Order: sequence, then structure tokens, then C-alpha cells
Amino acid sequence: MSQHSSSRRRAARFLTVAAAATAGLLALSGCSADASGGGDSSLGFTQAEQVADSPITVWVDASREPAVTAFQAKYPDIEVNLETYDGNAGGSGSFQSKISLMDQAGEGWPDVVFSTQQNDAIWASKQTTTGEQGFAAPLNKGFIEQDFLDGFAQGSLDYTTIDGTVYGLRNDLAQTVFYSNQKLLDEFGYETPTTWEEYAELGDKLAAEHPGYILGSMGDSFMTYVYYGGSESPVFQSPEANVFHSDTSDANSEKISKIIDGMLANGTLVQDSFFSADFASKYADKLVGVPGPVWYTGAIFQGGLAVPAGEISVSAPLTWEGGDVAAGNVGGGVWYASSHSKNLDAVKTFLEFVTSADEFQVDASSGYPAYTEAAGKWLDKQAEAGYFVNDDFKTVMSDAAGQVWSGWNVTSWSPESAWAKIVIPGIADGKTIESLLPAWQEELENEATVNGYSVE
Amino acid sequence: MTVTAPPVPVDAVPSGRRRPEGRRASRVNAGQSRFGFVFVSGYTLLLLAFGLLPTLYALYLSFTRNGAFVGFDNFARVMGDYRFLPAVGHVALYVLYWLVSLIVLVVVLAIVVHGIRVRWLGNTARFLFYIPGAIAGASSVLLWLFVLDPSVSPVSALLHAMGYESLVNVVAVGNLPVVFTVIAFWAGAGSWIVIMYGALNNIPVEVMEAARIDGAGPVQTAWYIQLPMLTKWISYMGVMSLAAGTQLFVEPKILAQATKNVVPEDYSLNQLAYLYAFRQGDFSGSAAISVLLLVVALGLSAIFIFRGKLFERD
Repeated sequence: MSQHSSSRRRAARFLTVAAAATAGLLALSGCSADASGGGDSSLGFTQAEQVADSPITVWVDASREPAVTAFQAKYPDIEVNLETYDGNAGGSGSFQSKISLMDQAGEGWPDVVFSTQQNDAIWASKQTTTGEQGFAAPLNKGFIEQDFLDGFAQGSLDYTTIDGTVYGLRNDLAQTVFYSNQKLLDEFGYETPTTWEEYAELGDKLAAEHPGYILGSMGDSFMTYVYYGGSESPVFQSPEANVFHSDTSDANSEKISKIIDGMLANGTLVQDSFFSADFASKYADKLVGVPGPVWYTGAIFQGGLAVPAGEISVSAPLTWEGGDVAAGNVGGGVWYASSHSKNLDAVKTFLEFVTSADEFQVDASSGYPAYTEAAGKWLDKQAEAGYFVNDDFKTVMSDAAGQVWSGWNVTSWSPESAWAKIVIPGIADGKTIESLLPAWQEELENEATVNGYSVE
Repeated sequence: MTVTAPPVPVDAVPSGRRRPEGRRASRVNAGQSRFGFVFVSGYTLLLLAFGLLPTLYALYLSFTRNGAFVGFDNFARVMGDYRFLPAVGHVALYVLYWLVSLIVLVVVLAIVVHGIRVRWLGNTARFLFYIPGAIAGASSVLLWLFVLDPSVSPVSALLHAMGYESLVNVVAVGNLPVVFTVIAFWAGAGSWIVIMYGALNNIPVEVMEAARIDGAGPVQTAWYIQLPMLTKWISYMGVMSLAAGTQLFVEPKILAQATKNVVPEDYSLNQLAYLYAFRQGDFSGSAAISVLLLVVALGLSAIFIFRGKLFERD
């Protein structure tokens, strides 16, 4: 037996084994699951075959876990698999990533998803790259009654409505107002600012007379919505579908940037995140006032900073001197139903419960409910607890809901990532925001391009 | 490779232990090689399932778009992306820092530890080097998140002394190649030190004794004897580390999430591929980046293999 023939035989044997294994694996990979089975499209999407009483899988962020707990207490017969994820915090895109994988696999989707990112509706409504229906189920084509949808605050479902189809139910509203610590203002003898100019002046006075006290933080990437959206700066606009426009050299953009730079320099705006480990210990009794969304009530004041009742007042969103009132809009979570769900009845019950039922929206939710009836009760609850100093806080908050500036739009990607990439490290490095504006705009436009938008 | 062993005179074998005869040896060897196939079959199957097939699928995707052949279009598109070149630069710099520091420090530390004559001290040193390797992957990055954050770090005084006041300062893009090098070195170097130590043990005692008799000091012995005899192992370490380094993903991904994207989520090529696939729904573009990465890593590995004579037999 020659060595050559022996090696040839070994090589042949190896190739045979490898070919058999490859064939086996190919056969296995070809066995994809049958995704459909239903086919009924009376609700505006092709339904999966319905399996009565099958469990539903719900993805929520940690703050929305009480919603699931409250639902399970009220509907013990509906089996819910709770999965916690980051809720797309900071534009992380984990909702998209996970669903893209499931779209590729053709199975495994959750039945309900909560997301803090309003831009999710744009991609969740689209067909997948393989031509399958998008993840989010249309809700106003017979799935959820119009009566129920009409119960949401006017305009609150606009962000999730694409070409007349509603793809998600708003959990809470996120219009900005101005919060003040009335106790501190009285102690220092200051007035509540009503304009951005007065806000800046208050910063100068506070820095000079009471150093260490603050008027806000620039440590979170959602500050773009508060300061640039709220100051009518045309930084993030989509005048029509798939078109993007940004102008950081606009007068408003430059004015608000100068104000922020000044306050960062005098220390009245800090660079710590509201959600950092030590924000509460450093600033709980040092926050004199701050512009922010209505969800600051629960998430920041009652939660993180644990400010006791009777100290905080709420006033209208800051305006430019002589300008109109314009509120910023800082998120406001959305509940999505999966178009692939095998138990749409349970999904419907769940969605209606978590957006409108007192057990969650009034008793356990920290945000201002988007469902009008629940919002009224939520405000009553705050009034009963005497949390806010001023009696007109209900009017201030509900008025601001209708004053959100329409010049800040939702696109398929989040404005937060460009801010986090360019501005936050820049100011940490001692640069001014004004000097970073061109780089920020360039990054925003580059992002728009790679996301398929044309820049105008 | 010989299949049969030459016949050995009985009186040449030490008493009590007999060498098997030719035919028996042949049977044993055939049995062994059958077992060899069994042993490698699991690995081969997994390699096919999770290595070869995905690579072929990526190749297919990178040259097609929605099933239609598009030539090099996907490659041109991703290379024209404004995020591509910065990502290439980031990964190249990191790989350079990491490979140089890994090769130099691991070899030096292994030779030093090997030179320690006190047995317990040598054992302890190897054990200490190896411990961080037990904290694998993502968890080691999480641990470093605390070390790098001046507000909670046990070495905050050092970070403050270096002028860093916050985590955002520490993880500035310019610092990241060093930060990732430190994390990767801490997590991975220990195992390589142990492997190099084993390789050093493999150098025949006679050679080392001869060097000593000829008057070579520790440095000369290391330079003229130990290093040349470690070349293959160093090449092996280079190839393996290069493959891991070009695939930089976990460290920047976790830092991106922990810093809410202050560490950009398009920092490395693999992250960019991830964004293409899961944010833009563009699996063809994602595959093109992966294929480019594979080609570059294979090319660089080939240099290590041929320069380090990895496949040459002594």
C-alpha cells in the first residue's frame, strides 16, 4: 500500500463525511417554520392562525413592569410571559435589532412591545426586506374600536399614525413644562422664569449668589428635545416623508446654544445624567428649577430625587421674549401589538388595559397618561396628594399638551445618537456647544443619508 | 506518515515491557485513527455549521441584493459610508496597540515567571495572571465600567490625577484604543502567559544548560535561545489575537449602551455590520463588511503564519 493511495483514500473518506454533514446541515437549515397558517386579513393585516388561550409575550422596560403586574392581577386567566428589555433607551435600537432577527427567522416575535422611542412606528409599520408584513399590527382597521382610540388626547396618536393607519397606542404624554422648587425660589427671593432669556438671567444670579445650586442637566441625550425642540430650533425636521432638514445656524439654535454654554460655564447646568447613580445625592436639594417633560413628575421628582410634596410648582413651557408658547416633546412611550400574534383577543385586552385602566395609568404609572380619562384621574391624584404647590398645575400641563412645537419631527432614527456622539463628549472636553453646532448638523445629515433620507 | 512500525528485536526492549509486533501496531494505529475521526467529527460539524456555512452565506449575500447578483456594489456602498473609514481606523489602531502590547508583555512576563526559581512564587504568579481570564467577555467589560468611572472607581484617585472627571472623559474616542487594549490584555493575556510558560518548559534542558555553560546571562539566553524557540507560539498567539481583535464588538457595544451612545455605536467594523443588518435592515451591506473583515484578517494572519513558520516542521 503506497502512502499516496492511502492519503487519497483518507481524503476521499473525509470529503464524504464532510459532504454528508453539509447536506444534513443544509437540510436542517431548510426546515424553516411555517409562519402563517391564518390568513384572515379583515383587520388590515394578515393574521396568524389564532390559538385560543395561548400565552402572550410582552416586552417592557423596567418602569413598565407594574403595568404587567397590574394586568395579571386583573386578568389571571390570560397567561403573560413578561420579558424585560431596555425599552430602546437612548435610541439603543434593541427593539429593531431583536425584531429584525425574528423577521429573518420567521418566528419568535413577542405579542406586545413597549418602546420609549417614538420613531419605532416608522420601521415597525414597514414591510420587511423579504417582503413580509411589518411587525406592528394596524390598530384602527377593526382591531381596536374607534371609540376607544378617540379616548386618547388629541394629536397624541399622530406619531404612530402613518398614512392614516395607527400602529401604536401612546402610553403617556411628554410635553415640556417648567418645574421650579418653590421653596428654594422663595428662600432666595427669585421669580419663576417664563422666558429662555429669564432662565439664563436666573442662571447668572444663582451662580453668583448661591453657587452649587442648579437649573438642570445636560447629561442625557434627550436634552435635544427639551432645549432645541422647546426653543423652536429647526435642528431636526422632516418636512415630508424621507426628507430631512437641519439648520443649527438658525437664530433660535444659536441663541439657545449660547444660553446653555453660559449656564454650563457658570455651573448652573451640570453634566451629570439625571439617571446617574449619584445625581440624587448630589442635587436632590439643589435643583432650583428645570425645563422638562411632564414625566419628570414621577420619574425625577417623586422617584429619583424623592422631593416631598408641597415644594414643586409647575409653570408653562419657557418661550422666547415676545414669542409664542412652544412646548418640547420628550418621548412618551408607545405600546405595539404584533401582527404575528396568535392570541389577538388577549393582546387587545392587554393594550386597552395598560393604556387606560386606573390600576396602571392612575395608580402605578409615573407618567402623564395619554388616555384623557386616565389623565384627568392622574391629575386629581396629584392634586389630592398636594404634590404641587400651585393649584393651576392641571391646566398648565393639559395646555402644554396642545402646545407642542410642530417643527421637531420623528424620523426612522433617533436624534439622540448624534447628540451623544458629538455634543456630550465635546462639552465634557470643555468645548462650547456653539462651536459644536456644525459638527452636530453634519452628523445628523450623515445619519439621515445612511437611513435613506435626502437632505434638503 | 508510516502505518507499520519496524520489527524490533526482542532483546532490544527493556524487560517487562514488550513492543507490539508490526501487525498489532497497525491494528492499534488504525483504531486510533478511527477514534481520531470520532474526536474531530464534533468539531468539524460545528465548524461547518457555524463557520463555513455562515461564511458561504455571507459571501452569497455580499454579492447579491434581494436575491439579484450585483457584483461589488454592496462593497462599494459600505466603503462609501461615512462611518466606514473611521471604523477601519479605530479597529486598526486598537489591533496595533493590542498585538504589540500583548506580544511584548506576554513574552517578557512568561520568561520572567519561567526564570523564577522559587517554586511557590512562580506558581502564584501564574495563578494570578490567569485569574482575570476566568471573568469572560461581557462581564469583564462590565467590571471595567466601574473601574473606568471616576465617580465609583476603586482607582478614582489615579483617574482624577490623570485629569479625568467623568466616565465620558475617560471613554473619549481618542482614548478608546488604549482602554480596549487594557481591557483585552487584562482578560486575555493570562492564558497566553500560561501557554508561553508551557512552551518555555518545552525547550530542552540540555540547550539551556549549554547556554549557561557558555556564559549566557538571562537576557542573552532569552534573546538568543528562548525567543527563537518561541517563534511559532508567538505567531500562533498573533494569529489568534488578530482574529479576535479585528472582530472588536462586545467592548464598544457595552460601553455604547452604558454611556448612552457617547461611545459611538458605529465605533468598530463589526458594530457597523450590526447596524447595517439590524438597524437598516440591510443584510447584504452587513455581509459585505464582514467579508472585507475576513479578507483582511486572513491576509494579516497569513503574514504571521509564513513569517512565524507556523506550519513548518522541525
